[in-house]
Amino acid sequence: MTHHSLDDRGIEVIIGNLLRAGVLIAATVVVAGAVIYLSHYALQPANFRVFRGEAAALRSLPAIAKGTLHLDGKSIIQFGLLLLIATPVARVIFSVIGFADERDHLYVGLTLIVLAVLLYSLIGSGVA
Amino acid sequence: MTILAFTVLIALGSLIAGFLGALTGLGGGVVIVPLLALVFGVDIRYAIGASLVSVIATSSGAAAAYVREGYSNIRIGMFLEIATTVGAIVGAMIATHVTTNAIGIIFGLVLLYSAFLSGRQQPDVPIDATPDRIAGALRLNGSYPVGTGMRAYTVHRVPLGFSLMFGAGTLSGLLGIGSGAIKVIAMDQAMGIPFKVSTTTSNFMIGVTAAASAGIYLSRGYIDPGIAMPVMLGVLGGSVLGARVLVRARTKWLRVIFSAAIVVLAVEMIYNGFSGKL
Repeated sequence: MTHHSLDDRGIEVIIGNLLRAGVLIAATVVVAGAVIYLSHYALQPANFRVFRGEAAALRSLPAIAKGTLHLDGKSIIQFGLLLLIATPVARVIFSVIGFADERDHLYVGLTLIVLAVLLYSLIGSGVA
Repeated sequence: MTILAFTVLIALGSLIAGFLGALTGLGGGVVIVPLLALVFGVDIRYAIGASLVSVIATSSGAAAAYVREGYSNIRIGMFLEIATTVGAIVGAMIATHVTTNAIGIIFGLVLLYSAFLSGRQQPDVPIDATPDRIAGALRLNGSYPVGTGMRAYTVHRVPLGFSLMFGAGTLSGLLGIGSGAIKVIAMDQAMGIPFKVSTTTSNFMIGVTAAASAGIYLSRGYIDPGIAMPVMLGVLGGSVLGARVLVRARTKWLRVIFSAAIVVLAVEMIYNGFSGKL
């Protein structure tokens, strides 16, 4: 029997399921953060009309991770959102692996360009 | 209004937006920003940040459902994502240099243009059109399921489609939308890709495009957990429902309903932008 790699659609279905799992994990983290957040702030007045910008504690991965470890509701929500932002990055990484498995060098190259742009954005902005 | 009531109402509104976004293949973001800014009076920068996060949730969450139907074309998507991600970074950079009212006006104009294009009859690509050499070299041509089996299609005008995708990415980064409408137009009208293939391929491109600017927004403090949380959870729930209906739904009516809804939102965004209320 010759080695037969998965076709595009087979790989895509696996990637799709992994992404859905990632989104579910991110959503679960956000819900957990929401419970803590609402238990502290539920009855306070909502004011999102005025833009203040988030505190530094909610703007970068190291700071958000620190707040998450202290079980701060807002930090946990933000951590879940970061997990969510990571899912498309994971999809691109999986695609590189999928194309490499098919020995499709052209698309390994094209997909690596997309990955480089994403990492440039996340690292360059100071999030990761 | 208390934070609890605010959270619940935004989650409900986002649920409906996510449902419509998934049905039209255009993402929830296109409705989320006007909803938050016009109905809930949220600062447009927070609205854009929350919207960006929600379009990622929609795109990643529904990927498996769309792929299983066999419509999306990963090579077309990946190739065009080079243009959309670079565009998204450019858009996020521009966003710091323009006022919120200007963003509102641009947002409204983009909505109007999307409504106009998606409401228009789609010209049929001639069957005997010469295949594009670039499309052949990049192996973009594919096939998709129809009632009786698979139907092959060829991809045309790749440079035009690629340029439009750069524009779609820029608007995504500037306005916090998935730019699904423009991505679909670039594929089905410029490149001659079948509508169902265009909408589903657009869906998975939206997440990668939005991720390219989401980091920039988060680091700038535009993503507020109190707003992004109900928006993300609501849009996600709505998009899960919408994805189940998509394959059965008729695209013609989807376009008509979508166009009517966004025209109303567009006019209000432009009006509020000019009167300095954003």
